[in-house]
Amino acid sequence: MGQKKFKWSNLYLIFVFIVLYLPILYLIFYSFNEGGTMNSFTGFTWEYYQAVFADKRLISIVLNTLLVALLSSLLATIIGTLGAIGIHYVKKRQTRNTLMSFNNVLMVSPDVIIGASFLIMFTFVGFKLGFASVLLSHIAFSIPIVVLMVLPKLQEMNPSMITAARDLGANNLQVLSKIILPSITPGILAGYFMAFTYSLDDFAVTFFVTGNGFSTLSVEIYSRARQGVSLEINALSAIMFLFALILVVGYYFIQQYNMTKKQKSRERERAKVVDLL
Amino acid sequence: MKQNKALYFVPYTFWLILFVIAPILLIIYQSFFNIHDDFTLENYQTYFQSGTYLKMTLNSFWYAFLITLFTLLISYPTAYLLTKTKHKQLWLLLIILPTWINLLLKAYAFIGIFSMNGTANQFLSFMGIAPQQILFTDASFLFVATYIEIPFMILPIYNALEELNPSLISASYDLGANSWQTFRRVVFPLSLTGVKSGVQAVFIPSLSLFMLTRLIGGNRVITLGTAIEQHFLVTENWGMGSTIGVFLIIAMVLTMLLTGEKKKKGAIR
Amino acid sequence: MKRLALLGGLIAAVCGVLIFANHQLNRAQGITSGNTFSLYNWGDYIDPELITKFEEETGYVVSYETFDSNEAMYTKIKQGGTNYDMAVPSEYMIERMIDENMLEELDHTQIKGLDNIDQQFLDLPFDPDNQYSIPYFWGTLGIIYNDKFVKEGEIQHWEDLWKPAFADSVMLIDGAREIMGLSLNSMGHSLNSKNDAELAAAAEKLDHLTPNVKAIVADEIKMYMIQEESSVAVTFSGEAAEMLYENEHLHYVIPNEGTNLWFDNIVIPNTAKNKEAAYAFINFMLEPENAAQNAEYIGYSTPNEEAVKLMPEEITEDEQFYPSDETMKHMEVYENLGQEYIGIYNDYFLEFKMHRK
Repeated sequence: MGQKKFKWSNLYLIFVFIVLYLPILYLIFYSFNEGGTMNSFTGFTWEYYQAVFADKRLISIVLNTLLVALLSSLLATIIGTLGAIGIHYVKKRQTRNTLMSFNNVLMVSPDVIIGASFLIMFTFVGFKLGFASVLLSHIAFSIPIVVLMVLPKLQEMNPSMITAARDLGANNLQVLSKIILPSITPGILAGYFMAFTYSLDDFAVTFFVTGNGFSTLSVEIYSRARQGVSLEINALSAIMFLFALILVVGYYFIQQYNMTKKQKSRERERAKVVDLL
Repeated sequence: MKQNKALYFVPYTFWLILFVIAPILLIIYQSFFNIHDDFTLENYQTYFQSGTYLKMTLNSFWYAFLITLFTLLISYPTAYLLTKTKHKQLWLLLIILPTWINLLLKAYAFIGIFSMNGTANQFLSFMGIAPQQILFTDASFLFVATYIEIPFMILPIYNALEELNPSLISASYDLGANSWQTFRRVVFPLSLTGVKSGVQAVFIPSLSLFMLTRLIGGNRVITLGTAIEQHFLVTENWGMGSTIGVFLIIAMVLTMLLTGEKKKKGAIR
Repeated sequence: MKRLALLGGLIAAVCGVLIFANHQLNRAQGITSGNTFSLYNWGDYIDPELITKFEEETGYVVSYETFDSNEAMYTKIKQGGTNYDMAVPSEYMIERMIDENMLEELDHTQIKGLDNIDQQFLDLPFDPDNQYSIPYFWGTLGIIYNDKFVKEGEIQHWEDLWKPAFADSVMLIDGAREIMGLSLNSMGHSLNSKNDAELAAAAEKLDHLTPNVKAIVADEIKMYMIQEESSVAVTFSGEAAEMLYENEHLHYVIPNEGTNLWFDNIVIPNTAKNKEAAYAFINFMLEPENAAQNAEYIGYSTPNEEAVKLMPEEITEDEQFYPSDETMKHMEVYENLGQEYIGIYNDYFLEFKMHRK
């Protein structure tokens, strides 16, 4: 019976993955379309890929986009994680709930409101619009999701571990780095990925707070919509997607390899110890 | 020791004041001004008196509820089954990967798939069914919205399930529970924190969706996001836009209260 | 902890590499050199080859920034913090920007080639004597239909959209002025009407259109019509030109009882830094060869008379894109109605969207 159930569950997962990847495969497929549109495939061409590499402006935008996404989600993850730890240690339930409500305001506010109010704020204090203002805004709207991902991990953490560590004379920093952070690592990583996703996908906020000479891919794609998004963008997305895929799979297997090596050597050591005994 | 702890909290507090409290105050302040820059309650009056906005609010809640429900129904089994696979972390990363492709592009792909001559209809006619109008229906809108939100639900649930202590499950089996009982009494309650943060991450943003309502829903589905978009970008009636924003914030607080941590009962923990 | 620190360090390192690469790329493009001309335009609304040509001819380095709606562009320039040397708003926005003193008054002695522009596109009510703006492209609002589903001549007027034969098959552009305007036009009123009774009647009439409306969408109309998702659509001539190019079954009709005539004009915001470059660009775009090349690339109608002569006849003799004077007479340019009436138009439109069959 176990065998049969296993197969059914795999089928379900395969189905979910097919649905998740269907539109992406569709995009990639039509990036080779000679006809220039996303319907009726007329013939194969590399034209759009060549166009991407020839378009220096587009490449520069891609670099900007990645830079903002990587950096803003890194900083948001640091601030958000510390914030979540702070919220977790607030004793009063009511204060904690209030803090969480404030935390989530940026998630519920439509991008246009966030963008407009950030713009007003930046111009009010005379902050120069450009890379820095975009970075700050991305950090700002990514923090809540990080907190939301990290907090449940903190709640699941066994409080007696910390008490035990303290009893053994660990200071605050040690408690944080040896006990708290390791046990909430999955939450932190999840937060980072979500923040990265938010940053990559954002259009409205970036549009409002960016200044001369700085643009991201989303802003570029949306403003091209009036003329119709050309397949060049499809080709670019296909390249970025494949790159991310290779990175993710590559990273995973390197990690696996290292882990098994470590495990093996550990086992060997253990064996030695046993031998010695 | 106390001081040290507070120190970690400093950047977060800064963020809270500058990027959350300041904008909220700004929005509340603006919501009291009409287009002639008079200080008034007119916007709130309009909100409650014109059936349009109330209907829109109901619409938003209804669709956000449906989206969250479908997302949860699909995501929970997926997350659960993922934790049982061999390379689970790799699969999880692969679930997130599609979110890195621009939303507008994905929406365009769905337009291509769901259109009258699209892939979906070609498949239907292959099965011997006449082409259907798929785009601009509630079904297609809900499908695409659910599609977009799935990764945001899977991730927290997966994390909660991952953390689950396996000894609890074996203990449950040892006590004679079958797999359904174990799931219902042990696994599901313990994964509830993940479900809650997933619901928050999906329901709250779903209240103000606007891009998909136009692209896939053909503006047959109108949510508060549509109205805010219009007030901020077209009529530039920022007062009315802010008023709707205030209601969205209230809705968010309510959602948080409903899904948030309840008073601890003595027995748990 | 170690793992987290390692990951964090790795990400920081990648960021460093990105900054370096981007810096190199910008230097290769010359953007950092200071002699830049910053153009704020709709996405993909100029032939990129013309930008290269302009850079080669004048030595300026063009930084091309994009926006996706007039209102969004307005907010960006109004709030400050930016210094675009040139923008391309539509006519009603130009009127508003003039009212709010956001535009630089043009020095006509520095402009060469304004006489290339067709007289009828100069000295229009939104900008008398072209003190602030130079025409870039123009067009109309009309109906596009697919001859596979609709017989020729079956649609000629706005009124025809209400025909029961088109149940659930009309797509509308997502714009309050456009849709309220066509309803007003169909009743013989002006699309700039500020008469409350007329507006209420137009809104009432729109409700009866609901059974025919398949969707209210924006730029995607182009894609939908090419894919034959719908048989009839209301959209702008520029969009239509591209659709016709992609799908031979599509036809564009301008209802001759009246419609909207729109312009996208070049302006210099008064926050501009490099005005010299802005004038150089205006003169560059007024040259007939350049205007013709641009019009062929974009597919919109050019106001440049001399350029029209350089373009293939099959384009310029098309009545639907370069309509006769008779048809032009009935067209109206949007006036800035003021915030109150824009609000009223939009509220009616929102109610129309909410109205269910």
